[in-house]
Amino acid sequence: MEILIFAETDGEGNLKKDAYEIASYASEISLENGGSVNALCFNATNAESLSDYGVNKIINCKNEELKNFDPSNYSKCISEVFNNKECNLLVLSSSSNSKYIGGILSVLTDASYVTNVISKLTNGEKMTVVRNTFTNKAFETVEIIKNKIILAISKNSYGLKEKPVKSEISEINFNISESKNKVKSIDRATNKVTIADADIVVSGGRGLKGPENWHLVENLAEVLGGATACSKPVSDLGWRPHSEHVGQTGKPVSSNLYIAIGISGAIQHLAGVNSSKVKVVINTDPEAPFFKAADYGIVGDAFEVVPKLIDKLKEFKAVND
Amino acid sequence: MKILVCISHVPDTTSKINFCENNSKFDKSGVQFVINPNDEFGLTRAIWFKEKNNATIDVINVGLQDTESTLRKALAIGADKAVRINHEPKDGFSVAKFISDYISENNYDLIIAGRESIDYNGGMVPGMISALTKINFIDKCIALNISGNSVEAAREIEGGKENISTQLPLIIGGQKGLVEESDLRIPNMRGIMMARKKELVVVETSDDPSATHSKSFEKPQPKGEVTLVSSNDIEKLIDLLHNEAKAL
Repeated sequence: MEILIFAETDGEGNLKKDAYEIASYASEISLENGGSVNALCFNATNAESLSDYGVNKIINCKNEELKNFDPSNYSKCISEVFNNKECNLLVLSSSSNSKYIGGILSVLTDASYVTNVISKLTNGEKMTVVRNTFTNKAFETVEIIKNKIILAISKNSYGLKEKPVKSEISEINFNISESKNKVKSIDRATNKVTIADADIVVSGGRGLKGPENWHLVENLAEVLGGATACSKPVSDLGWRPHSEHVGQTGKPVSSNLYIAIGISGAIQHLAGVNSSKVKVVINTDPEAPFFKAADYGIVGDAFEVVPKLIDKLKEFKAVND
Repeated sequence: MKILVCISHVPDTTSKINFCENNSKFDKSGVQFVINPNDEFGLTRAIWFKEKNNATIDVINVGLQDTESTLRKALAIGADKAVRINHEPKDGFSVAKFISDYISENNYDLIIAGRESIDYNGGMVPGMISALTKINFIDKCIALNISGNSVEAAREIEGGKENISTQLPLIIGGQKGLVEESDLRIPNMRGIMMARKKELVVVETSDDPSATHSKSFEKPQPKGEVTLVSSNDIEKLIDLLHNEAKAL
């Protein structure tokens, strides 16, 4: 099975962690099914690093016009490579940009498209794959109908697996058409870890009593190098921006570590954070539903516990980093 | 301006998720269905355009007769006409295909679909409609202003937002931010009465364009007990996170 992955870069041209995760996934599939793993990236400065994760052929497109994400040009270029290389499988990450173009790509390449994938492809009478559904409240086994397949892999579900290989690196160019969407400006907090990219997310709820107390969440996140998040009521009250709202109708979180401070754990919130690997809850109420979903818990007042935790983590980091 | 809002009929966020028929289907018994929240933010923005710019709003759903209650709710909130494609879709592509066929026969200036339904979480329908109809697409749209044919929009990106200008016709993947939670409308008695008189068209189909089939469902294993740590023993928590959970 000939496989293509779309290896995404950040604004500076560095490959994202997601790119290595989908490379690891694709390389495992090729090991079982034969064929080689091709990777397409745009303006990557460290494209060769994909060879550590089993990518046989790295195609780097160096074109300033593709520096910023554009859905129509990106999907056109990716589908062109997918069709020209006669690939059967395209692997995407679950980033915002990959999900933006996933549906478009499936139409352009006439492929079966499955998102939130958490398993490898299984060969049977028909190929099947398992995905997260009902906001992490269930797993669904999906049968592939078409000959071509596009899978968007759920973040952190597969992990990074090093497998150094000797790779061919080539360059490619495309005819770029003028974009219909003119990006006028980008508002982005620099130097801040995003919820999507973070390994650790620190989240606050109404138990923190007001936006003026958010230094607790921010300081803890800073010590851990994590992102800050909040519960739905907190964003509805305007204490924190919508972009920080995690849960069923907000952002999903699939970090390694999720720390919930003063969040009782409504079913919608728990669903959204369920795919995080390790969950810690700090809450005064021992009956809070979050204690049933968490791995570790402290029953206590956040205003006392969190400053102590920050101090102890600083000591820990000083010794261990 | 003619607007089409795609409405997904989904279980309320508090619903217990169970499966029936040998774990092959979602168990609808005792479940309250609602307009998919991401679609509702889009519908509410559409109503704003109706009130300010004299837009007309059609709503569409691909589903069997039981989804009509959700379409009626959309009419009660302010949509002008509802369309139901009489088909139980097997996947997101079927939904996108039927809606695209309808769009091709009934031109729209703006098509709004939620970026993702909160039941199957496919997140693929708006992008597929855009590719099938060749209409320009903005996903994760969190602001939308229209004057004549000119569109000023914002899209959520990781860590911030991107401000975009473009033209109609346009399809967006909508979500919170298009309007605020407090802007959502609750149907009033007059709206509900009027909704009964509004047109609800049923379109028959025969083919099944699906690209994937759902085979079975499984629920995650129940979680083990939480390990409680005393608030006087923070070092213990750090030790557990470092050595046991390997999360630090």
